[in-house]
Amino acid sequence: MENNVIYSINGPVVTLKGKTGLSMMEMVFVGKDKLAGEVINISNDKTTIQVYEETSGLSAGEPVYSSGSPLTITLGPGLMSNIFDGIERPLQALKENSGAFIGKGTLIPSLDSEKEWDVTVTAKVGDYLEGGQSYANCPETSAITHYCLLSPLLSGEVIEVKPSGKYKVNDTVIKLKDASGKIHDITLAQKWPIRTPRPVKERVNSTRPLITGQRIIDSLFPIAKGGAAAIPGGFGTGKTMTQHQIAKWCDADIIIYVGCGERGNEMTQVLQEFGELIDPKTGKPMTERTILIANTSNMPVAAREASIYTGITLAEFYRDMGYHTAMMADSTSRWAEALREISGRLEEMPADEGFPAYLPSRLSEFYERAGYMKALCGKEGSISIIGAVSPQGGDFSEPVTQNTKRFTRCFWALDKSLAYARHYPAINWTTSYSEYLNTLSDWFTENININFISHRERIALILQQEADLMEIVKLIGADVLPDDQKLIIEIARVIRVGFLQQNAFHDIDTYVPVEKQFAMMDVILYLYDQCQKIVAQQIPISQITKLGLFDKAIQLKYEIPNDDFSGIDDFKQQISNTLTKFNIA
Amino acid sequence: MILEHIGLNEINGPIIVLDGVDNAKYEEIVEIKLDNGSTRIGRIVEIDGDKAVIQVFEGTQGLSLNNTSTKLTGHPMQIPLSPEILGRVFDGIGRPIDGLGDIYPDIISDINGQPINPVSRVYPRNYINTGISTIDCLSTLIRGQKLPIFSGSGMKHNELAVQIVKQANVSDGGDFAIVFAAMGVKNDVAEYFRKSFEEANVMQKVVMFLNLSNDPIIERIITPRCALTAAEYLAYELGKDILVILTDMTSYAEAVREFSSSKGEIPGRKGFPGYLYSDFASIYERAGIVEGKKGSVTQIPILTMPNDDITHPIPDLTGYITEGQIALDRTLDTTGIYPPVSVLPSLSRLMKDGIGEGYTRADHQALANQLFASYSKVQDAKALASVIGEDELSPNDKLLLQFGKAFDERFVNQGYNADRTINETLDLGWELLSMLPKSELDRVSEEVLNEHYINSENK
Repeated sequence: MENNVIYSINGPVVTLKGKTGLSMMEMVFVGKDKLAGEVINISNDKTTIQVYEETSGLSAGEPVYSSGSPLTITLGPGLMSNIFDGIERPLQALKENSGAFIGKGTLIPSLDSEKEWDVTVTAKVGDYLEGGQSYANCPETSAITHYCLLSPLLSGEVIEVKPSGKYKVNDTVIKLKDASGKIHDITLAQKWPIRTPRPVKERVNSTRPLITGQRIIDSLFPIAKGGAAAIPGGFGTGKTMTQHQIAKWCDADIIIYVGCGERGNEMTQVLQEFGELIDPKTGKPMTERTILIANTSNMPVAAREASIYTGITLAEFYRDMGYHTAMMADSTSRWAEALREISGRLEEMPADEGFPAYLPSRLSEFYERAGYMKALCGKEGSISIIGAVSPQGGDFSEPVTQNTKRFTRCFWALDKSLAYARHYPAINWTTSYSEYLNTLSDWFTENININFISHRERIALILQQEADLMEIVKLIGADVLPDDQKLIIEIARVIRVGFLQQNAFHDIDTYVPVEKQFAMMDVILYLYDQCQKIVAQQIPISQITKLGLFDKAIQLKYEIPNDDFSGIDDFKQQISNTLTKFNIA
Repeated sequence: MILEHIGLNEINGPIIVLDGVDNAKYEEIVEIKLDNGSTRIGRIVEIDGDKAVIQVFEGTQGLSLNNTSTKLTGHPMQIPLSPEILGRVFDGIGRPIDGLGDIYPDIISDINGQPINPVSRVYPRNYINTGISTIDCLSTLIRGQKLPIFSGSGMKHNELAVQIVKQANVSDGGDFAIVFAAMGVKNDVAEYFRKSFEEANVMQKVVMFLNLSNDPIIERIITPRCALTAAEYLAYELGKDILVILTDMTSYAEAVREFSSSKGEIPGRKGFPGYLYSDFASIYERAGIVEGKKGSVTQIPILTMPNDDITHPIPDLTGYITEGQIALDRTLDTTGIYPPVSVLPSLSRLMKDGIGEGYTRADHQALANQLFASYSKVQDAKALASVIGEDELSPNDKLLLQFGKAFDERFVNQGYNADRTINETLDLGWELLSMLPKSELDRVSEEVLNEHYINSENK
């Protein structure tokens, strides 16, 4: 097939004329510089390729080389704490190779082939290994043990085993004879096509929440391990900030952070911050459990399209080892726009707002790769996807937001007016929802407190009542409201400022364990109950507000340490002492 | 071997099509010679077999199918660069127009640039003191940031940009220079900038690229890229801190749209091509600081929002790429407040890491948060007052209105020549906040409040 030559070039889209031997979704190398590309369309007289690198300087007549396989990425030890671009080129190695700016056609192996790993070979001669079973393991970082899994496509008898010891990624550690008698050399690494989901034994119903340490998420709109959530919001509403907070503090074992068409400085920030932060669970730096995929907005658009799939394939690989992974996709809108851009170059018939008609099916394929699974090796693992959506003009009725809403079960809507008032996280409590509440309520009841769900419901109710009252206040002012309604507005302020708003830059407030979240809800509701009794005795609410209890309740979040909430009980005591003068029963 | 192709096959707006071209490279520059001896420059934007689609920068007026000969240059669009470009004026595609002769090149650079590897970036932290309260205190400009000004026709964005240029200084006193790119602005606007630079005595530190509103549209697509290539050269080769002013991005985007439609591409929202986001990103993302190099590129793009609509695709896509925005407000502008910065929608994403102890002052973040929160309450009070009248407001809301008025008149409004230090700005902020009762200030911790709140007794 060496006679394939370029016929036309239009941006990242290159076509070949005539019948080629290339197959759909095959990875190809384009031109003399061997730019990476992928076949996206084949017809009788034309083959279309999207190129993952800048095409300037390419000319018609240059050769196109076939690779014989679809776009694959390499999976093996050395992925963790690394940073890749959208097609798994290691950016650190690329920098050493070609300097501060990303050059073209640089082919660098994704994994460091010189690094030696401390491998314990667990398979024995005579063992029969099924696809997805572990044959060796090694410590990948101080926090993560890497299990070398047999490719799901292979199975067979182990006929030779190397002793445990130091090996490089491409060293053979076992030999396997499959059913047809063919002998395979198995190294520490394997390849997998990014657009094909890795197989699992079965999907399991998830009943455990992904704890994020963010109060509005954990207490009001929790997400399950293996769930999918969408964070839509216009620019400046704090999508990236919320994603960063979840990536830093959520209780997943492994974080895959995909910066898809976003700002370069943000990725630098993630790199830097995660290196400095300590994971509260393991006591190790956050980078030890994080893989970054950075395809910034000025990097080639086709690689942006691939970056989402690269990210989810990495997540699946670690899920198959039995880890709980969480993938942050920031932002899926940029990915959808990459689809639109390429679709436009292909002159396909556009659907809504110029997006291709297959947008919903691509989105659902992606979000369906989330889930709580029983892996082929028998362990349980999960992938939770948290996808940011950047709707144009902050308008949630646009196609990407609407379709994402259909395929995710958590919707954390970010609100511009909250962001303008610097209320972060700017998640709007009236338009957001979580469909996981029912499946997770048992877990909260058993593990946190029997009253957790009822407290949560009361908090949500107060906020709803406040929203209704605010409609009236907007028209006639707060002064004319009766005292019991004024109390609702006061207590809702305590909930909004003292509970929902969370300061990501405050040492204590940036991450709050669920137990403390419950204690905070409890004391706020206690304050509400006591005040209600006083108001019921016709005592004006101004008598209570001047005591400063509401303001104290708001400051509580900064004062109570995360490992000792006895201060909350003290405050409860203070409430009851201060309010006894009103003689309530 | 240099071949000349006689004649053309098709002319359509700024686009010409040439047949029978071998070895044409994508994005290669071509020279088109006319019968009357003049030359024009074009760029290959699409290759289809032996057919090359070329955009002509100077426009296609006067071209016919048989009066031209076209030569392929074999290289992409490049401009010559040397330290002597400082103080010079160029046209939209980098040719000198100040009559001082050609540039003797130190290096010749491809104007398309290459994406900065994210791991080679240095996270921007050093703030730039602009002397403008609303920017310094509430949406701080950081070296290496891209912070656009969202304006509207007739508002004072040019004055603001000039004031920033005149007053900007960094704490460690780097070597400052300015790259100014005008895209489709009126001649008097370009003249205003030139005169202001001269008055401020910085002209020898300014490189100007001018594509005025009567200059060819296609050149406009090249202008910001020339300017940024010059900026990158000055920053990374010569170690200077560069402030790039790009005005007006709206004209630029409209040029992209015009070009796209003449190419027959499928339009997206409001007729803009689907790749406008990637196209913008290839400009804005060229701001930054690179590891191991001394200089930095800071961008202040200016765009006029069509019909003052912040959800229009141009400001919308810009906002998704840039690290915040400074939004101007027409109501403030008409009431004579300068700079008319609308505080609530303005934002600087890099601010949080570039302020506070060691950069500005320890209480900066807390003060900024509280000002934002209180000022957004002012808006609620205003809305209420417009329904029930100011007299009916609660005492608290009346205080808020007073605070809002004082904030607009004293904090926002500062005049063209006032250069406030960061301490003056922050102290003024606390003075204004002290108009409100302590219990209203719920974003600030007890200690900070005790330190900075001015009790009315000691006023």
